[in-house]
Amino acid sequence: MKGLIENLRNGIIKSNPVLILLLGLCPTLAVSTSIDNAFGMTAAVLFVLISSNIIVSLIRNYTPQRVRIPVFIVIIATLVTIVDLSMQAFLPSLSKSLGIFIPLIVVNCIILGRAEAFASKNKTPNAIMDAFGMGIGFGLAITIISFIRQTLGTGNLVVFGIEIFKVPGLSENPMPIFILPMGAFLVISLLLATLRYSGVIKSG
Amino acid sequence: MALINNLVLSKFLGLCPFFGVSKKLSSAISMGLAVIMVMTAASIVSWIIFFHILIPFGIDYMSTVIFILVIASLVQILELSIKRTNASLYNALGIYLPLITTNCAVLGITFINVRSEYNFIETIVSALGAGVGFTLVLAIMSGIRERLELADVPKSFEGIPVAFLVAMMLGICFIAFSGMV
Repeated sequence: MKGLIENLRNGIIKSNPVLILLLGLCPTLAVSTSIDNAFGMTAAVLFVLISSNIIVSLIRNYTPQRVRIPVFIVIIATLVTIVDLSMQAFLPSLSKSLGIFIPLIVVNCIILGRAEAFASKNKTPNAIMDAFGMGIGFGLAITIISFIRQTLGTGNLVVFGIEIFKVPGLSENPMPIFILPMGAFLVISLLLATLRYSGVIKSG
Repeated sequence: MALINNLVLSKFLGLCPFFGVSKKLSSAISMGLAVIMVMTAASIVSWIIFFHILIPFGIDYMSTVIFILVIASLVQILELSIKRTNASLYNALGIYLPLITTNCAVLGITFINVRSEYNFIETIVSALGAGVGFTLVLAIMSGIRERLELADVPKSFEGIPVAFLVAMMLGICFIAFSGMV
């Protein structure tokens, strides 16, 4: 039991996929323009991550070593297609704003990386916990970045159509740079540097 | 395509190898060339499959799976041919060669091509342009990072954070190109 909790915590803090392992950067930066997108992407990634970890872990003793990567890729691609089609049917506006990044979940290094590094070598309960942890860690990172970008970039925080707050000076004159790609680079650079400076991550 | 809608700087694709390989100029260029080859070949093959097999049979939802398998096979073929012809290049690229398979830029460009409904020639041009753009940015990035190794960077910024700042500035510069078309 202790090992399971450890797997969970690992993904969220100690080996946070985005901030520490530096995996899954593409979707993180591209999608973090608003918190709605961040939540949507996290949900999709969590689903694929957990499902793929379960499947890979279950078949780990039957997968020949030489073909394991293509096998993982096909499993993940199928899961992503399921998510893509479901999203197009049930959440079309989210599907449109996430755009090509939904099918790109296939090559999200987090999912393939965990399948290869963890799920193929560990028992299923551990794999499930690891997937949860990594997914939540990813969600945490992407939500923080979206929060910063959306607040500074548009001056107010609107989640699922509900306005949470408006920053007084900022909502009349927001700083659109944060919505643009270069703002994303800036935010993640400062975020990583701050985390290192405060000792949460060690440099090098 | 290479300059205005640069894959890395305005579309956020290809970031992982971007930060992984860009430390040395020579490996960056080799990686870039490999990516151009895979991108163009993959775009051509996936275009043909999409418009002549998937759509006529009504199974275009299989595109995700098919495209990634196409890319994976092409990378495998490329890897084997480089291994045979140029062993030193093979060693220099190391693990980054199979990693092209998971390069979001390559899969991304195949999707961009079919979603924008380019015809055959447009697809080739788009892929070539995207590949050249990726290589260009990778080369610039690695040139800058080689110099940065010698500069005095604050401890917390060392490595990845300062690389992101460089990317940001490159992005600002490339915006200047958007007046070109």
